[in-house]
Amino acid sequence: MRFLSTMRIALRALRRNKLRSVLTALGIIIGVGAVIAMVGIGNGAKAQVEAQIASLGQNVVLIFSGNFSAGGVRSGWGGAGTLTVEDAEAIAAEIAGVARVSPEVRDRQQVQGNGLNWGTSILGEGPDYLEIRDWPLEYGAMFTSADVRSAGKVCVIGKTIENELFPNEDPVGQTLRIRNIPFKILGVLSPKGLSVMGSDQDDVVVVPYTSAMKRLSRRTSINSIVVQIESSAVAAQVQDDIAELLRQRHRVGGGRDDDFTIRGQEEIANMATATTKTMTFLLASVALVSLVVGGIGIMNIMLVSVTERTREIGIRMAVGAHRRDILLQFLTESITLSSLGGLVGILCGVGAAQLISQLAGWPTVISAGPVLVAFLFSAVVGVFFGFYPARKAAQLDPIEALRYE
Amino acid sequence: MRPVIQLEDVHRVYQTGEVEVRAVAGVSLTIQRGEFVAILGASGSGKSTVMNILGCLDRPTRGRYLLDGVDVSQLGRDALADVRNHKLGFVFQNFNLLPRTSALENVELPMLYARDHLSRRELHERARQALALVGLAERAGHTPSQLSGGQQQRVAIARALVNNPALVLADEPTGNLDSRTSIEVMGLFQKLNEAGITVVMVTHELDIAAFTKRNVVMRDGRVVSDTGVARRLDAAAELRRIEQEQQAVQLAP
Repeated sequence: MRFLSTMRIALRALRRNKLRSVLTALGIIIGVGAVIAMVGIGNGAKAQVEAQIASLGQNVVLIFSGNFSAGGVRSGWGGAGTLTVEDAEAIAAEIAGVARVSPEVRDRQQVQGNGLNWGTSILGEGPDYLEIRDWPLEYGAMFTSADVRSAGKVCVIGKTIENELFPNEDPVGQTLRIRNIPFKILGVLSPKGLSVMGSDQDDVVVVPYTSAMKRLSRRTSINSIVVQIESSAVAAQVQDDIAELLRQRHRVGGGRDDDFTIRGQEEIANMATATTKTMTFLLASVALVSLVVGGIGIMNIMLVSVTERTREIGIRMAVGAHRRDILLQFLTESITLSSLGGLVGILCGVGAAQLISQLAGWPTVISAGPVLVAFLFSAVVGVFFGFYPARKAAQLDPIEALRYE
Repeated sequence: MRPVIQLEDVHRVYQTGEVEVRAVAGVSLTIQRGEFVAILGASGSGKSTVMNILGCLDRPTRGRYLLDGVDVSQLGRDALADVRNHKLGFVFQNFNLLPRTSALENVELPMLYARDHLSRRELHERARQALALVGLAERAGHTPSQLSGGQQQRVAIARALVNNPALVLADEPTGNLDSRTSIEVMGLFQKLNEAGITVVMVTHELDIAAFTKRNVVMRDGRVVSDTGVARRLDAAAELRRIEQEQQAVQLAP
């Protein structure tokens, strides 16, 4: 009962000073709104990066040929042609938990077709490559293991190649010339968009790795091996096993650097999201500062209010209010200000995030977590910054408070 | 019968820096139920300090204060607040009503801090009865700024009465009122006293004290005289006399 009437008294006091209450709450509204909008932008960026990483495929491990030292000269990443097709075959055959393996050969070539030409990446891959990358064909078919065995002159092309060379016709069945060697186009890949690093993943021609090695670049080593593992639970174990196997096969003794590098998807994801995490953190902390400033605004107004209402406090004490009643009354006022400000701030923040999405074209993601945290934080701000003024009010001496002019 | 107030050799010493100020230096006073007492004295005589002690707003440095038979001289702040709420009603010189708050809500205020729970309907009902008692039933919705000084003081009296106190304490209740309104307010106190309510007031005006039944005069923190009022004024009669005088002035050529 006492608590309820204290609530009523506090709300009445806020209503009596409408403009002041609104202006005070505005500090919190802006603070909470800023936190929610900023976290929304940060999470939006993170979600975008994560979607790009998912485009890599599920549970993918990449093995690059690595730093190769000979006579004190270190070649740097990818410099050594240390990975071979046999390595890939050994991984597929000997490591438990490996689902699919594709040797990868990368090259850049000028291609011609339909009387037009275009410089693009040539990817030599195994037949399972599209499954590993979770990359369906838009139409047509993928080359088979028979094509790989025979180093067939066949390819599938990315959406960008179709757009650049065959803008108005069906490319399937037509001929694409790579280094003047005619390759038959079997299919067109569905568009995948930009990669994590911002390159166009659809600007690509995929051929059997045997064809790439024998017909296009005449080499014996491969650039990398793309491995898909059965589940993320065994990822660490599989990566260790692959490293052990490759060390044996390459006769890397103890104490020497590996001549290959293994990157799990998680590592790649971590690298890519580290930036956006930093950005989210930075934005949120700037916004948090404004929330604290809003809290100080509340404290300021509550102190003014206590001074202004010294007589009122004296009267209340004279007719029987305990110190706790006065404390609760002023605390209720500040908590009401801050949590109402928090609620309105949430609406403003969500609105601002939507507006930013619309105007700037940045994706924003609003989730329940930050909204809840921002609201609770605003309530805590009310308690924290309201406590000192409320205590000051409660400690007033009734005789002096009654005499206060 | 148990006295309402029993002060036994009460002292109150203030410590202001190095100097000790003896505001009250050994006051003994007994006030029975149904009395109407004025405490008189010049400023600095210690009458306000006695009033604060009687009102449980301040505690004696030495001596005992029995209010309604209970020793309240050593109670803590919150316990004193409860005593003020249950047993005392306050009327102040400057009314001390909450601004921008209706007369009804002002009267309800002590009940909000009462120990026993009242529903909002009961709250309104009791506040309305108290306002009716002071003749302001039809002004319940007005805020202090919409009321005259006399009306404001009557709202304050209604507030003092609403928790059925053992004692009403009035600190210079007519200090901010013109003479005619002062007499009206004193008339109200006389009416309440006749209904059995004990009233103690502080004043420095002898003509106001003449409306009470007993005058206690203080000087330098001590009681110097304590006498019954021989020629007690009746507020109703005084008002009639003033009215006749005014009519006489208006009729005069």
